[in-house]
Amino acid sequence: MATGSVVKLLGVWASPFVNRVEIALKIKSVEYEFIQETLLNKSELLLKSNPVYKKIPVLFCDEKPICESLVILQYIDEAWPNSPFILPSDPYDRAIARFWAAYIDEKWFPLVVEFRNAEGKEAKAAVLEKMSEGNLLLEEAFIKISKGKSFFGGERIGYLDIVLGSLLGWVKAHEIMDEMKILDDIKMPSLAEWDERFCSDKVVKDIIPQPEKLVEVYRKYHKMKKATSN
Amino acid sequence: MADGVVLLDTYVSVFGMRVRIALAEKGIQYEYKEEDLVNKSPLLLQMNPIHKKIPVLIHNGKPILESLIIVEYIDEVWKDKSPLMPSDPYKRAHARFWVDYIGKKVYDAGRNIWSSKAEDQEAANKEFIDCLKLLEGELGDKPYFEGENFGLVDMAFIPYYSWFPTFDKFGKFSIEAECPKFVAWAKRCMQKESVSKSLVDPEKVYDFIVMFRQKLGIA
Repeated sequence: MATGSVVKLLGVWASPFVNRVEIALKIKSVEYEFIQETLLNKSELLLKSNPVYKKIPVLFCDEKPICESLVILQYIDEAWPNSPFILPSDPYDRAIARFWAAYIDEKWFPLVVEFRNAEGKEAKAAVLEKMSEGNLLLEEAFIKISKGKSFFGGERIGYLDIVLGSLLGWVKAHEIMDEMKILDDIKMPSLAEWDERFCSDKVVKDIIPQPEKLVEVYRKYHKMKKATSN
Repeated sequence: MADGVVLLDTYVSVFGMRVRIALAEKGIQYEYKEEDLVNKSPLLLQMNPIHKKIPVLIHNGKPILESLIIVEYIDEVWKDKSPLMPSDPYKRAHARFWVDYIGKKVYDAGRNIWSSKAEDQEAANKEFIDCLKLLEGELGDKPYFEGENFGLVDMAFIPYYSWFPTFDKFGKFSIEAECPKFVAWAKRCMQKESVSKSLVDPEKVYDFIVMFRQKLGIA
């Protein structure tokens, strides 16, 4: 049990993967120190603690690093094994939650990135077309898993809410920048309502950045990246 | 098929093998169904409509997908015997991290060894050997990845041992020469009945890949 441990989180406030960890730590009422990383000039600490991927977030518990946001979420649930729990208790429900988390990270979100990188309205529209099947799958998954309740996790935010919800800020930021809808609230009404509930939940509210702020960050980051690579 | 355990699998699959090891470790009786990946069964398409991939564990009629998820499910349901994962949360996180790495990086790099065009072979070889060296470094001088006992990471990686001769042949290198620590480690793992029973004959892997490359139009 990690109560009483010194907890630090290495990350950047704008990273949805870092936001996931922040939400989980808040759910468990864990006090921690946030160490700001500079992604354009990665720190020794990051390179040493995550030599395999060199990516944030990295959670430190008594100086021991844990990497990969989904691994970290499960770690937090197990290291602070008190209610509220992040993963469901039933093994089959846990398997379903893990399946959809993997789907979101390995299939769905890469298409959001592809959308971001596509140049021109036509190319972007083609990516949205690719995404439509996955979006419907997520809408159906939400209806099935939530069983009529507010969140994937039931009455309270759980693993899948955190995994998908953390990405919403960036999805909306790209919708603003490109003036195109990625998550269509007519085609995905249940998820649209869940989106509002998730983003206004007290645990999440101060963690997921406002889309407008992310737009600002994105434009600044790309200017800087261009400058350093020239 | 309402009760009981069914495994949809393909005999050469490294992902299937790790589930077979897990089931053997727990002494679970199950029905094994071999899938033809070029001609997938209606059952597979019904149980895994999104990815259409093996392995699929069907327990009491309900499908569980993705090999690491399946292994964790097995560990949680049949929790009274032969734990597959450590109990300490940090060690569990460590194991999940490396199993994820093996599933993502090593698998793709390995696939590129036997499916690359001639001009891409050298780059594919380098990437694969780099992945293996990283894993070899992680193993270090320990008997198993997690220390004194056979665990999840060993279970995830040992199936690749039956693929080593295939990688060697297509890559024209020697994994044994590049990563000597794996030899002793693999022999240690193979002493476990759950492993030796679940791993497939390396010659069968090679024959399968030769045939599969032809089907894919690579050969």
